[in-house]
Amino acid sequence: MTALLSLSGLTKAYPGVIANDNVSFDIGPGEIHALLGENGAGKSTLVKMIYGLVRPDSGTMMLHGEPYAPPEPRAARASGVAMVFQHFSLFDALTVAENIALGMEDAPDTADLTQRIIDVSGKYGLTIDPFRMVGDLSAGERQRVEIVRCLLQNPKMLIMDEPTSVLTPQEVEVLFHTLRQLSEEGTSILYISHKLDEIKALCEHATILRHGKVVGTCVPKDETAKSMAEMMVGSKLRTPKKHYTRHGAALLELHNLWLKSKDPFGTSLKEVTFNLHEGEVLGVGGVAGNGQDELLLAISGEELTPAHAIQLKGEDIGQLGPNARRERGLLTAPEERLGHAAAPDMSLTENAFLTGAMRQNLTSNGIIKTAATRAFARDIIEQFDVRTPSSENAARSLSGGNLQKFVIGREILQHPEVFVVNQPTWGVDAAAAADIRHAILELAKNGAAVLVISQDLDELMEISDNIAILSEGTLSAPRPAQGITIEQIGLMMGGTEVEHV
Amino acid sequence: MDFSALSPVALIVSLMVAATPILIAAIGELVVEKSGVLNLGVEGMMIIGAICGFIVAVETGSPWLGFLAAMAGGAAISFIFAVLTQYMLTNQVATGLALTMFGLGLAALMGHSYAGIKPPKFGTLDIPFISDIPVIGPLIFSHDYMIYISLMIVAGVWYFLTRTRGGLVLRAAGENHDAAHALGYKVIRIRIMAIMFGGAMAGLGGAYLSLVRVPQWTEGMTAGAGWIALALVVFASWKPWRIILGAYLFGGITVLQLNLQAAGANIPVAYLSMTPYLVTIIVLVIMSADKKRTSLNAPACLGRIFHASS
Repeated sequence: MTALLSLSGLTKAYPGVIANDNVSFDIGPGEIHALLGENGAGKSTLVKMIYGLVRPDSGTMMLHGEPYAPPEPRAARASGVAMVFQHFSLFDALTVAENIALGMEDAPDTADLTQRIIDVSGKYGLTIDPFRMVGDLSAGERQRVEIVRCLLQNPKMLIMDEPTSVLTPQEVEVLFHTLRQLSEEGTSILYISHKLDEIKALCEHATILRHGKVVGTCVPKDETAKSMAEMMVGSKLRTPKKHYTRHGAALLELHNLWLKSKDPFGTSLKEVTFNLHEGEVLGVGGVAGNGQDELLLAISGEELTPAHAIQLKGEDIGQLGPNARRERGLLTAPEERLGHAAAPDMSLTENAFLTGAMRQNLTSNGIIKTAATRAFARDIIEQFDVRTPSSENAARSLSGGNLQKFVIGREILQHPEVFVVNQPTWGVDAAAAADIRHAILELAKNGAAVLVISQDLDELMEISDNIAILSEGTLSAPRPAQGITIEQIGLMMGGTEVEHV
Repeated sequence: MDFSALSPVALIVSLMVAATPILIAAIGELVVEKSGVLNLGVEGMMIIGAICGFIVAVETGSPWLGFLAAMAGGAAISFIFAVLTQYMLTNQVATGLALTMFGLGLAALMGHSYAGIKPPKFGTLDIPFISDIPVIGPLIFSHDYMIYISLMIVAGVWYFLTRTRGGLVLRAAGENHDAAHALGYKVIRIRIMAIMFGGAMAGLGGAYLSLVRVPQWTEGMTAGAGWIALALVVFASWKPWRIILGAYLFGGITVLQLNLQAAGANIPVAYLSMTPYLVTIIVLVIMSADKKRTSLNAPACLGRIFHASS
């Protein structure tokens, strides 16, 4: 069997880092090939070279035994290479059909295209309505749009970049079914992920990247998730241990909270009710865009609600702003690190001041206490192992994982009584994620009430006492995390499907 | 006060003349904003167009050549903006404001020796008999050519944006430039072409002022028309047909206040000449009160700097 795509010696360097260092491997026709690696291991750069977005400094690629060096994505698509992106490749304010037309060379006219979309989506079980605005679609539906866009061009090779991170477990099943069907028809698939169970279930071969180099290949079926993870990280992993403890009094109570989303494509909260107790970690699962951001805004005080809808230690705080809530011991860490949790162009010291000013007593008569602020920032950097040259570096200059450790550490060091965090380990590498989870558990062990909003179900099962699911703005009743299965959570996420069980 | 002097037909005809400069400039700016660029230099590009068109029309005796020169002048000055914002990644708001100041100054310099000259007369449509029909004739069949051309430009822009692939790509660049780039579209090239089209249209609108509406050259003669054109784009919520509606509305108010002044209305002149601008502010407030609607129609990447990172 000759390889469909064969890479040899691909190297790409950026100032200061070698993103890919002499990467070589082959993908056979109809093969589902996994590309594994941590964030920053060079997976994205590699697929961008295959897709023609980035040109390699050296090395060659062969497609069907012919030299292949696409100067731009157009050329890659013409050669039969298609790519489903994880982020930013759809246009919210355009319809499904318009989005698909944009990804095609010489797109047919609207009527013809619509018919072809319906045909392809029927054939592969990917139902979509060509006339809907993409902004109104769920994450799973958006992904279908991307896949259909690729399939309409009869690709010989499909690149999937982290396709399942935004899907419910049931949607993942549908996706795998489609991918297997494509593979049987002879389409090769390059599957990028760091979810090892999925790779075990789906892929025939895997290539593992670390620091831009190929550090190993394996047959995922013969490996355990742990052994692959250790190849990826290059060291033993420390998994935080959860201690189930008795909980104290309710610290944060939400009563029947309705909140209309300010974002035209956002989700309004409907009747959200829960109690969060001393020492408890409550996990809120669900696919992003189902009201997670709105829930965080309501609790942090960025959006005001009726006073009695949110109570902290029995006091109505719905009409208080973020600083008043911080003063009372309610601290939050939003999802978007750059721009929401931290001001990108301000130094870490200044960012530490922004939320810490009140509880750490960093001002006197309106003048910033420089030395105390810097000491606080250094404290965070030291205790949470934030890798930065100094506390005076801009937040923007930190990697995602390091900035996340800083943002979480900044709040935890202020000794919150109630701590709310949205997507604590999104886009963070495995080692940093383990540190962050460990810190959250420590906080709860010391008596704080913690609300963790996350899309990562494995994470929620690992650290939560109770789990609730936010779906289309409605929060399910919390259930004990011990003994719950991924399937049950998946059904809770589907919203209506709960009743059929 | 004597209102009998205000004949409705004459009023409508003169409102179309008053509206055409901002109509043309606004449709150009709409294309620019649809591609994701906010060019606040419309005023500067208009006045450059006004003087370029005026000089060439006077020197050659042909208003048509004047209009072509105005488009070239507007596009040329907008190219400065394009290079600064697209390649050197300068802030679009500051650069646009600078462009306005620069344009006003440069136009004053160029037009120094042209003050007080009459430009050659620009032709009007004259179809035997049909143009002489009462009411319908003057209303529909005897405007100057540029009024018809301006309406055709709007129709053309509408067709381009909604019905062609080029228009779809342009809207995509304005909606999500990272995604457009990832799909392999040349965001910077698209935006530069859009900016230059906007410059050409602003220039054309400016030349209509100096060659047809006024018609003569005076320093600073655009007098805020560029700013109204910018407001019109928001008023129209980025939809081409609504530009016509908005432009004729503003044109109507301008003409009405002039006529009221002429008719000796018992209101201080200052109040009357404020009205078009006051109405602009009121309309903008009403438009943006419905946050959901405007934010849905506004191009999502409007004014954001695009940097093609790998």
